[in-house]
Amino acid sequence: MSLDRSRRRFLVTSAGAAGALLVGWRAQAQDDLPYLGARFAPQQLSDFVRIETDGAVVIGARGCEVGQGVKTGLPMLIAEELDADWSRVRVEQLPYGYIEADSGPGDRYGDQGVGGDAGPAAWTQLRQAGAVARWLLVQAAAQQWNLDAATLRTESGFVIAADGRKLAYGDLAANAATLDAPANPPPLKDASQFRIIGKPARSVDAREVVLGRTEYGIDSYLGNTLVAVIARCPYPGGTLDTLDDTQARQVTGVHRTIILPGPKSDAPFDGVLAAGVAVLADDTWSALRGRDKLKITWKPDPSWAKDSSAGLEEKAGALLGDDANATVVRNDGDFARTKKAPHTTTLSARYRLPFLAHATAEPPSATIAVTKDKVVLIAGVHDPDGASQLLHALTGVPREAIEIRLPRAGGDLGRRVHNDFVAEAALVAKEAGVPVKLAWLREDDLSHDFYRPFGVHELTATLDRKQHLAGWSHRVAATPRNWRNSQLAGKPIFAGLLDADAFPAGLLPNFQQLFHALPCGLPRGELLGGVHAFQAFATQCFLDEIAHATHQDPVVLRMDLLGAPRMLRPGFDTGRLAGVLRIAAGKIDWQHKPKNGHGLGIACHAGGGAYAAHAFEVSVEGNDLVIHRAICAIDAGRVLNPLNLQAQASAATLIAVSATLHEAITLKNGQVQQRNFPDYPLLRMGQAPHSVDVHSVDSGADPADFHDIVAASAAPALANAVFAATTVRVRRLPLMPELLRLI
Amino acid sequence: MPDNPFRRTKPEPVPPVAASAREKTLPLRINGKAFFHNGDPEMPLLWYLRDVLRLTGTKYGCGIGACGACTVLVDGKAEHACMLPVKSLAQREVTTIEDLAGKDALHPLQESWIAEDAIGCGYCQPGMIMAAAALLKRKPHPDDADIDAIPNLCRCGTYPRIRAAIARAASAPVEGKK
Ligand code: FES
Ligand code: FES
Repeated sequence: MSLDRSRRRFLVTSAGAAGALLVGWRAQAQDDLPYLGARFAPQQLSDFVRIETDGAVVIGARGCEVGQGVKTGLPMLIAEELDADWSRVRVEQLPYGYIEADSGPGDRYGDQGVGGDAGPAAWTQLRQAGAVARWLLVQAAAQQWNLDAATLRTESGFVIAADGRKLAYGDLAANAATLDAPANPPPLKDASQFRIIGKPARSVDAREVVLGRTEYGIDSYLGNTLVAVIARCPYPGGTLDTLDDTQARQVTGVHRTIILPGPKSDAPFDGVLAAGVAVLADDTWSALRGRDKLKITWKPDPSWAKDSSAGLEEKAGALLGDDANATVVRNDGDFARTKKAPHTTTLSARYRLPFLAHATAEPPSATIAVTKDKVVLIAGVHDPDGASQLLHALTGVPREAIEIRLPRAGGDLGRRVHNDFVAEAALVAKEAGVPVKLAWLREDDLSHDFYRPFGVHELTATLDRKQHLAGWSHRVAATPRNWRNSQLAGKPIFAGLLDADAFPAGLLPNFQQLFHALPCGLPRGELLGGVHAFQAFATQCFLDEIAHATHQDPVVLRMDLLGAPRMLRPGFDTGRLAGVLRIAAGKIDWQHKPKNGHGLGIACHAGGGAYAAHAFEVSVEGNDLVIHRAICAIDAGRVLNPLNLQAQASAATLIAVSATLHEAITLKNGQVQQRNFPDYPLLRMGQAPHSVDVHSVDSGADPADFHDIVAASAAPALANAVFAATTVRVRRLPLMPELLRLI
Repeated sequence: MPDNPFRRTKPEPVPPVAASAREKTLPLRINGKAFFHNGDPEMPLLWYLRDVLRLTGTKYGCGIGACGACTVLVDGKAEHACMLPVKSLAQREVTTIEDLAGKDALHPLQESWIAEDAIGCGYCQPGMIMAAAALLKRKPHPDDADIDAIPNLCRCGTYPRIRAAIARAASAPVEGKK
């Protein structure tokens, strides 16, 4: 093999334990093969594909698997173009791939964020990785047979000649490894040729998970690891006042304590989230006993010491009483004038949404070793690139010497977007001089989160004498999400809470959205559903209220608003939204309203090229809500893995149901009141519908991320069904306690 | 899928402490093996399994018996490992997910879990499987109400697929909706 090492780096071709040979997709200079890494410095495609001598194909998964299916889905894209036999593909999790190139820092494997499979960009990039591999194998076969490569085809791990001769990929791997990648990207398959994309594939990790062998971040140890737990200041922005750790240090197994100063007040939450005292011990139990023995007093930040949910609601009411200082998010036509028009009916309603916690199944945790010139982190993180930058800033270790392993993570829901727990672990380990496994307990998790914001929505609609919607006003007072959030720095104050393009914006001539910022010291962040769920609950419930008040059918009302199928704006095709709404209505048999005390409810939402509609059939039995049927219709463009799409749509639906029915974080005296699951009840088996019937439209459009959209349409559909079953309109979440109060 | 050869193997469980150890030791039987604990007798089984034996298939979720992530079998019954001080386990047989069906074998529930693709993030699943195993032991053909009564929490909302997996393992047809 002769390789010009100044221009290309050759990847390890060492035989694996089984004598495997690596196909050498070496890295080439980016300007050599710009298509391989438009965004990123030299791409080493070999890191995605390795072919063993027995023909087994090993594909690297770059995204952190949190249950969203990227570890299965992304490799499917590569396997498709490679024409691999999916049943023989093995998937290997890649670590975070930092690379230092001439052009600056880069991500070796591309986007390793949690949502890595959503966009068309990932599709193209990863399919090309597979196509190049296939191209090299075909060239190798052509050389071996002395045939024109154009006459050869591939199927399930073989190159096949026109006369029927076959060569297994495993037998071609060694020769293919010596060839240069093509100068231009090989053509990708037409969708009609797909053999793996679009076919149901089970999770590649299933066997390991059910055997209890999967190592999550919380399950990892690094040599002589000490376990650290942290007592954190319960007051947002508060500081350590006094500490007596004498007794804590006397607990058997406890080594020492370390004080962690909190973030500077008003600085972005880019490191630790709160002031704290870490207790380091041989094991979690000793650390916890030590923590119990700490005598600490905390000083609240005077600005937030009196914060309470009741106070916030009062302030929200006051703010909504006067729009003089409101931020205008969108203003079409003249809403105020529609109110004054003769024969106008005005309808108005307020919806109250509480703070929500992520409560990921695996609480934040990180195992880390920090030395002067090397960092090893094992943690389920959503943003490994951000974690790498943070670790560099905190330890001074160069980024190329920071190794981040990405174990499977026990859920995300947006919690792992923040690397605060990574920062804590790094600071503690640096100070302690030994590897540290930082454990968050559930109490830590519920009381120190980046909460989905609190908000009060006021919707007002004006209807003309024919009961047609003439004007729409959506005013919100909420705790801004971009407060101390560098990820949203520079974005408008309403970022992540109001979307100027959300349904029904653009469908009514007179339309306004106003935002009032509600100050509060509690950290806020992104939760599944995002801006869509925050907004759509109010919008879709209010549409239902309008329909009821004006004796219109809720489906017809929405269909009329959507009007003729058209591209209203990029990413919003009214026909596709109407399409999923029609399916949901059809599947729940909307025309035939049950008469046995059951109620049907429906809602829909769209955003970013994904469309979803839900329909539920519910009844209230005693103090319980019974969900008899749950329908989810979804159009998220081309479907990569239908089995995963079903699973994800069902999951997003039930996570939204859980939040809607039961979940709330409340503030009192400047502190979060919830401690553990008894105060923050999640949906249980017996409360969940027996199935969520997911109906997916494979429209062939660009694939779009649908999780937020599905979560957004589920919640109001459920609330609308509760109204249909009980005639009680619940405008305050969580729904169940409020429903039982009103009934 | 074949077994993933890239999995880093866990350290073997620590060998039993010699009976001659000076401290008073606590005899434990876990997955058919004998162990002697000479640490804090109040240590919950959860932390003993995870931090001492490194049997990390038993998960932490709440520490107060409210989520089921730590479900193990004690004498064949589902128990929350976070609520069991090791001192309560003398003369009792503990089985964790790692040994539900013996080394490398799959319990029918584990098979049906794979067949139904019942995992989300997967974190709650070992506990779910142990809870379901205890249920099937008690009642080989559970009805909907039995499955409804499984108290384990799944943050990923995989309940419908878990229900299907249990029904499949029990070879019982899933009953109609409630
Ligand atoms: S950790 Fe034991 S029940 Fe939650
Ligand atoms: S699969 Fe994630 S918590 Fe159940």
